[in-house]
Amino acid sequence: MPESPRSTAPDGPGVLFEFDRVAVTAGDRTILHDLDATVAESELTVLLGPSGAGKSTMLRLCNRFEIASSGTVRFRGDDVRTIDPLALRRRVGMVFQRPTMFEGTVADNLRIAEPTASDADIAAQLGRVALPAEMAHRDASVLSGGEAQRACLARTLLTRPDVLLLDEPTSALDPASTRQLEQTIAALVDDGMSVLWVTHQLDQVDRIDPARRIVLVDGRPATPHEIDHYLHAEPLDHDETTDHERTRRSDGDSTDGR
Amino acid sequence: MDGDVTPLGLAASLTLVALALGLSWRRGLRLERDLVIAAVRAVAQLVAVGYVLLVILAEDAPLVLAWCWVALMIAIAATTVGRRAPEVPGATKLAATAMAMSTAVALAIAFGLDVFPLESRVVVPVGGMIVGNALGGTVVAARRVVAELSDHRLDVEARLALGQTSAEAAQPFIRRALRTALIPQIESTKAVGLISLPGTMTGLILAGVRPVDAVLVQAAVMFLILGSVAINVVVVGLGLTREMFTDDHRLKRVQVVEV
Repeated sequence: MPESPRSTAPDGPGVLFEFDRVAVTAGDRTILHDLDATVAESELTVLLGPSGAGKSTMLRLCNRFEIASSGTVRFRGDDVRTIDPLALRRRVGMVFQRPTMFEGTVADNLRIAEPTASDADIAAQLGRVALPAEMAHRDASVLSGGEAQRACLARTLLTRPDVLLLDEPTSALDPASTRQLEQTIAALVDDGMSVLWVTHQLDQVDRIDPARRIVLVDGRPATPHEIDHYLHAEPLDHDETTDHERTRRSDGDSTDGR
Repeated sequence: MDGDVTPLGLAASLTLVALALGLSWRRGLRLERDLVIAAVRAVAQLVAVGYVLLVILAEDAPLVLAWCWVALMIAIAATTVGRRAPEVPGATKLAATAMAMSTAVALAIAFGLDVFPLESRVVVPVGGMIVGNALGGTVVAARRVVAELSDHRLDVEARLALGQTSAEAAQPFIRRALRTALIPQIESTKAVGLISLPGTMTGLILAGVRPVDAVLVQAAVMFLILGSVAINVVVVGLGLTREMFTDDHRLKRVQVVEV
């Protein structure tokens, strides 16, 4: 179910993120329009919508990569502007569209997140993302896309985040690697990790079966009518078309993230 | 020290410009106009500078005039950096700061440690060489820092997302940019004497100084230049890291333009 405006978390899980009339403008372009939404603790929330709907911006507000032009983003009740950004980013981990391995071995990469991590810590995190412990000694530049993206996830997990922000993490991966990553993240959610996952692939949403969905269209929550159109159009289209067309046309490449 | 070139000699050297003009015309290069403008401008500028220097370098002229001349050179060089690196935020101010710092350090060593006598006729050319050589390195450093950070935006953000500070996240890219800016200076220091006779030495030899004495002056100047270019490039790197990030450790967006 999509979030209705100004909804608070229903019974059960607490509120992790709360968007209170959040607007983001860039120059004369409005990316988010007075958005109200909540993201609950310890469950998988999917952030859906066509290209350019403001999904990534909404995600980046959560770790202060973007700043709201007006309105307030709260993390567990605290305005994110009042939280030290470096501390916030260690509690709110982010995985990007493309794997971003740095120079050195996989272990070197993980130690950028946590310089004091022991070999056992690193092996444990690699295990959580279904990578073998021996992978730690591999040169990070020779990993496959799927391995690299899982190593990125392990690196983020090493900061011991409370929540994972995933910005279309499978958009650069082949179908088999995509499935593996989906299963890895599902396992993390089962272990109690909060996840906010941006995707525009409806078939992926069906597979990962989120507890909650937020659908954005043009920087605001989609209306029930728009959601209906959106969810029944596939595959997705990425062209700059009207909302109506965007939900109906079907010439998109569902693996292209941009 | 009297120069050996008479006005007649200068006029004679212009026959080479005439030769270039002839070649341009015969080959249809259409550079005649630019050649004439360049030659006339060079003579006019040098004559004007010559007269200004006549005042600054006069026996009884106060030393402060020489320092003002160096300050003016820094201002002109900083403006040039701003023009050549339009996409770099705050380039002119940053270049002025970096050049003022590097020149101050280099001149403090040159005169404080008695490498050179503290006289106007030394301050002006040594200051000029330091500022002039810093110019190219500053432009390269500034543009490379901005390009590295913009080209590797995803990598920088991946580091920031792990809780790194902007300085930590930028470090690998700043390092690469500064190396790029410094390597030409190091290379030209290595090649000196073999494939190029540097300006100071050429000038001194032309003016009749013994080559071995000229070499000592040149070596001292070269070390001052190398040191000041290094200081300059590092100050630009550090300063730009501050310019390219917000206080809350977000990478700003900069439009990279081709010049």
